[in-house]
Amino acid sequence: MADEALFLLLHNEMVSGVYKSAEQGEVENGRCITKLENMGFRVGQGLIERFTKDTARFKDELDIMKFICKDFWTTVFKKQIDNLRTNHQGIYVLQDNKFRLLTQMSAGKQYLEHASKYLAFTCGLIRGGLSNLGIKSIVTAEVSSMPA
Amino acid sequence: DALSTIILFLQNYPLYIRSIPTENELKFHYMVHTSLDVVDEKISAMGKALVDQRELYLGLLYPTEDYKVYGYVTNSKVKFVMVVDSSNTALRDNEIRSMFRKLHNSYTDVMCNPFYNPGDRIQSRAFDGMVTSMMIQVC
Repeated sequence: MADEALFLLLHNEMVSGVYKSAEQGEVENGRCITKLENMGFRVGQGLIERFTKDTARFKDELDIMKFICKDFWTTVFKKQIDNLRTNHQGIYVLQDNKFRLLTQMSAGKQYLEHASKYLAFTCGLIRGGLSNLGIKSIVTAEVSSMPA
Repeated sequence: DALSTIILFLQNYPLYIRSIPTENELKFHYMVHTSLDVVDEKISAMGKALVDQRELYLGLLYPTEDYKVYGYVTNSKVKFVMVVDSSNTALRDNEIRSMFRKLHNSYTDVMCNPFYNPGDRIQSRAFDGMVTSMMIQVC
């Protein structure tokens, strides 16, 4: 579908754009990830407002996490989260076996260290969505193998 | 001569206030602040009771002799409160519901505006226009 490719390509350009402007200027490397994450945060806030406009009220935290795994993930990435685990004390692990933003990259270990750049926006997206639903959170991501 | 007020709250501070007519605004603000407590009560009651908790619309919060107060809470914890004159009996529940939907839709548009910072007061002309036309219909 056309719009899927559009988002993927735009996202890749965004990441390289932020890093290019960093090279030319004042901003050190660590700030790039923060910038991308903050972008995701604001987008997540707006998105969640649109998505939850017509849904029923959420009963509890678990309900919200299920919403993120199913409806939210499907609307953004056209698939659901493959696995959700929790320790029922506030930690949730979402596992996506074929993360759309990384499937375009070659398999193998060489680009593993750069994967975090491509995950920052999505982490912010989740954090922004949760924050508008009333949940303060910290979102981190890790990649075990590419393409993942 | 029907009066009404519409206020949007985020975590108990107002994001947007509009009243017609504009005198005696303070009285309305006071009423709306007390109705916030009722909104919170209803939300926490929903957590325990097996009542229809899926709806965003809260219905009539409390009637005084002169006015009726209606509430609505979005999933993003934004509360909408509307005060209408009791003498306006022509206004049915369904109409109030649809007014709240319109408010919610416009609020979503404001949220998606890149120049809008979540948490700021709402200063959008489109939003004002929508609220004005809605209030004119009521009065």
